[in-house]
Amino acid sequence: MGRKRSADDAPELAAGNGLLDRRALLVGGAGGAVLAAARPAFGAAELSVEPWMKEPGAPFVGYGQPSRFEAKVVRTFGSAPGTTGTGASRTPLQRLNGTITPNGLHFERHHSGIPDIDPDAHRLLIHGLVKRPLIFTLDALARYPTETRIAFIECGGNTGALYQKEPAQLDLQASHGLLSCAEWTGVRLALLLDEAGVEPQAQWLLAEGADAAGMSRSVPMKAVDEALIALYQNGERVRPSNGYPLRLLLPGYEGNMNVKWLRRIKVTEHPTMTKDETSKYTILLPSGEALQFVFPIEAKSVITHPSPGLPLKGTGIYEISGLAWSGYGKITRVDVSADGGKSWASAALQEPSLPKALTRFRVPWRWDGGPAVLQSRTTDSSGYVQPTRAALIAERGTKTFYHFNGITSWAVGENGEVRHVYA
Amino acid sequence: MSMPSCIFAAATVFLLSTAAHAEMPDLWRPATPEEIAAWDISIGPDGAGLPSGNGSPQQGEAVYAAKCLPCHGEKGSGKPNDQLVGGLGTLTGNQPAVKTVGSFWPYATTLFDYVRRAMPFDTPRSLSNDEVYAVCAYILRLNDIIDESAVMNAQTLPKVQMPNRDGFIPFSRQK
Repeated sequence: MGRKRSADDAPELAAGNGLLDRRALLVGGAGGAVLAAARPAFGAAELSVEPWMKEPGAPFVGYGQPSRFEAKVVRTFGSAPGTTGTGASRTPLQRLNGTITPNGLHFERHHSGIPDIDPDAHRLLIHGLVKRPLIFTLDALARYPTETRIAFIECGGNTGALYQKEPAQLDLQASHGLLSCAEWTGVRLALLLDEAGVEPQAQWLLAEGADAAGMSRSVPMKAVDEALIALYQNGERVRPSNGYPLRLLLPGYEGNMNVKWLRRIKVTEHPTMTKDETSKYTILLPSGEALQFVFPIEAKSVITHPSPGLPLKGTGIYEISGLAWSGYGKITRVDVSADGGKSWASAALQEPSLPKALTRFRVPWRWDGGPAVLQSRTTDSSGYVQPTRAALIAERGTKTFYHFNGITSWAVGENGEVRHVYA
Repeated sequence: MSMPSCIFAAATVFLLSTAAHAEMPDLWRPATPEEIAAWDISIGPDGAGLPSGNGSPQQGEAVYAAKCLPCHGEKGSGKPNDQLVGGLGTLTGNQPAVKTVGSFWPYATTLFDYVRRAMPFDTPRSLSNDEVYAVCAYILRLNDIIDESAVMNAQTLPKVQMPNRDGFIPFSRQK
């Protein structure tokens, strides 16, 4: 753009240890000029005519795949002893950008593998405290009015390792990868419940999957306001690993309640007290008592770039980038610190910032090669501010595993390596 | 409310609901009580939904040895999969919490519900109701929650007092 570059154009510092104003990276923005410091080394013959310009490329394929050079961008997974599909697979958040998770990389949590469901044989039963118990086929559901929305799903056990007394040295995928975000299309559950006619004393639903574990959870009736019977995920039919042919989508609620392979909804007065809502997804407190029915995910954020396993290569300007999300609404603010929380710079939020969806934040940073501790802290539209880890632990202790949403700290060493620390 | 306005209000509700209803494709079909009974496998904490049948700890020991022990260990001691017995006193203090049926589960009905729907892992839905009652009785006996002579059935199972029955606080958000 022919902007004159001079030392006088140095971008404004927004917080300590090199954090720059969030507008510094915008085209034409304040201080958009002098950001490059250490230039990457260029080899000789950079502009040779490569072989792929000298012969026709590959033929068409029916369903496209990523470049073979992206083979590392895969889910990682572990299965319970003696099983092959029972456990969790994790999204490689550190190798993705934007906010939408490709369907083949959406995290999974299965309790007895992935059922191979014939959609023509699948039925959804709605019964219990209703005037008319009903059965729906997939063909019938496809005729109902549909809606589309973007929503994250996060496992209630995601980032459970951050309760540990010592910081676990895991990459972002291992620590935070039970989190994904997709565009979901389906039928509002409220429409189907209206068809059945819910009795006035109804306060809960029991949602049950058609997997070999018959995974089931009680859902409070107020969740119906936003619940979808999701048939499509990012434009294509919901993947078998995410509930084909249909799943319950409860935007903002812990992942386990978004029951996959949904086959039955029983309308009830009281919770059913299933295995997962008693023995599993409850928060054990230092008193020995456990918080039960902790449903929406509280506001939370993490820096994805840089993060452990993504070292810095030389001093100079970097974009600190990450994800923020809340099960209670929209992300309204993300602050970033490079000095372990002593000072904070406001990050740019990628619009549109949608309720109960991942929001990407970014802030430019000039790394001077010295030690730094990077943190992000988000605020949601309910006014809730993401707590420090210390504040969360003071309240909950370290014996639980669920719903950790404290601030995460990455220490950058002088060698550019990034480590998980408690700060 | 006077009679005419009451009738008017009722008529309005009726019209609104039929108007909303008329836009729906109406492609459901009614489920019969038999169909529902065949599909409804969830058991409430009050025991609603428990089927007929019964089983004793002694009968359950045989079922456990044949179907459960490879994953849950001798007498529910765990490994390679979840520990089912013990852990009392571990929910507080510095040691790791050992959350078992005995130390943590608040309702015995959940045990029946879960075993019947999901266990044994490789052949779920293969146990008879008597076998499920029996294996529940065995696990409850191992945890010293019921007597050796107790028989579990639709009447007795919901009455079992689990040690951690009062260990849960319904969450309410402060902010």
